Amino acid sequence: MALLNTHELSKSFGSVVAADRITVSIEEKEVIGVIGANGAGKTTFVNMVTGYLKPTSGRIFFQGQDITPLSPREITHLGICRSFQVPQVFMSLSAFDNLMIALGVVQKGVIPLLRPLRRKELIDAAGSILDRYGIAEYRDRETGLLPQGVRKLLDIAMAMVHNPKLVLLDEPTSGVSVSEKYGIMDVVMNALKDLGITVMFIEHDMDIVERYSRRILAFYDGSIVADGTPDKVLENEKVREFVIGEEIHRKGRKKAGAKNA
Amino acid sequence: MRGIFSKTEIGLLLALVVFLLSQFALPDWAIFIGTISLARGLVVLGLMILWRTGLISFGQALFFGTGGYTVGLLRINTGLSDIILLTVLAILSSGLLAYLLGLLISRYREIFFAMLCLAFSMMLYGLLVNNEKLGGTDGFNVFGLTIFGIPVQGETLQSVNFVWICVLACVLGIGVNRYLSSTMGNLSAAIRDNEIRVEYLGVSVKRTINVKFVIAGALAGAGGAVTTMAVGHVDPDAMVYWLVSGEFVFVTILAGTGNVAAPFLGSILFELLRTYAFQYLPLVWQLTMGGVLLITILFLPNGLWSLVQRTATKE
Repeated sequence: MALLNTHELSKSFGSVVAADRITVSIEEKEVIGVIGANGAGKTTFVNMVTGYLKPTSGRIFFQGQDITPLSPREITHLGICRSFQVPQVFMSLSAFDNLMIALGVVQKGVIPLLRPLRRKELIDAAGSILDRYGIAEYRDRETGLLPQGVRKLLDIAMAMVHNPKLVLLDEPTSGVSVSEKYGIMDVVMNALKDLGITVMFIEHDMDIVERYSRRILAFYDGSIVADGTPDKVLENEKVREFVIGEEIHRKGRKKAGAKNA
Repeated sequence: MRGIFSKTEIGLLLALVVFLLSQFALPDWAIFIGTISLARGLVVLGLMILWRTGLISFGQALFFGTGGYTVGLLRINTGLSDIILLTVLAILSSGLLAYLLGLLISRYREIFFAMLCLAFSMMLYGLLVNNEKLGGTDGFNVFGLTIFGIPVQGETLQSVNFVWICVLACVLGIGVNRYLSSTMGNLSAAIRDNEIRVEYLGVSVKRTINVKFVIAGALAGAGGAVTTMAVGHVDPDAMVYWLVSGEFVFVTILAGTGNVAAPFLGSILFELLRTYAFQYLPLVWQLTMGGVLLITILFLPNGLWSLVQRTATKE
């Protein structure tokens, strides 16, 4: 059984069709890159899968269960977590406190009213997550004052405390300097690879998509125009045409590199 | 001691001892002001929880009045007279009302949250002033109280009320301090900062806010109950009117939200300030109070407690 299935998933905002009958199946342990120009429907798709937006029509199935009507909270409990293009962290708190709260609420059952949050097991777990994501040096600094790349990693780390089965990363390297991009992706992918988690990440940088994904979904105008291995998708005529200049630029740069060599 | 109680909690316990001993040295009027201050401090303690979540209630007198009227109505209509039992029932009734209203109010934020609280409090005010059976605008007297079956009145009642509010403030202060240190308590800042992330951590923001609203309502009910027993009277203007809610917000700003002791400190200072302003500046006492609020906002935006924090940091 596929981990995630969407069937004819559509979303309209008035007369604008942001997602148009998207049908896709995702298997366990896949690492999928999602590409497409701005407004192609990538984030709308992620928002529908994670319950942030309700589809106009179509259904979403996670491990065979229809999750279309569920809230983000319920979907999180089923094992789908996400990070955001603009990191959604608690800006007035330190990175450590962000993780402490995330770890505190993950405990099963009713959230304790009187049991202290700062317990040894949670403090140790938060410290180890900060180490794993390479942001331990920012532990006690207010998150609002941290560099964007660190906030991105913290956002992803907070999404991961639920030990999800599927994680959706919305542009994990956007707003980050070119030199930091690979560092962030290496940290994230290394943190995820041993856990056997299915990863779907939206990305505009084709080199990153090619390097880290085993499968690519290419969006254009609310639909998936190509779905397959990176080699096949990135050579696809529609993708080359619709995922615009970035693809041409990539080829051009490769050719220029070959010439220089 | 340090293993069981935090620094703040030890401070509250020490304050309890000092307050209990002080009643042997203080004049009656000071004991009365102390009782009222601590009772109102409980309401502000609840507002502090909401404030930390980024919410402010302009209608907390709704629950203060509910606590007061619960005591009064139970005393008149039933045989109940025990101060402790009446307080517990007032806490339960205010908490229940807060839970029911919270189902709606917890959906709203910012000014809408504040004004809905005010709207509900004014609805109760309207019901009370128009209800002759409850004494209308005059309210009614509450007397014949007992403690452990022993009737108390006059100076004894005043002392018993003072001891009771000191113990109650200490116990509830410690309880709130533990709550604020818990996962649920720490969600206050998280919700204030980013509700989306809280939902994506699998937590219901509405339900969490409702829990905070219930705690705040129950604390206000406790304050209202003790105030009613100390004054021996309950009426809509003194318990439910919007000005009373405004005073609680005033004290919250004056006190700051940095520590559970701050609401009690702020409340005591507020009552003393009002008493002395009444006595020595009867024509401009409101101007004096407004001036103090203005100075607080300008120079101590985090309230009086920030002075304590600054002093502690320097040491």
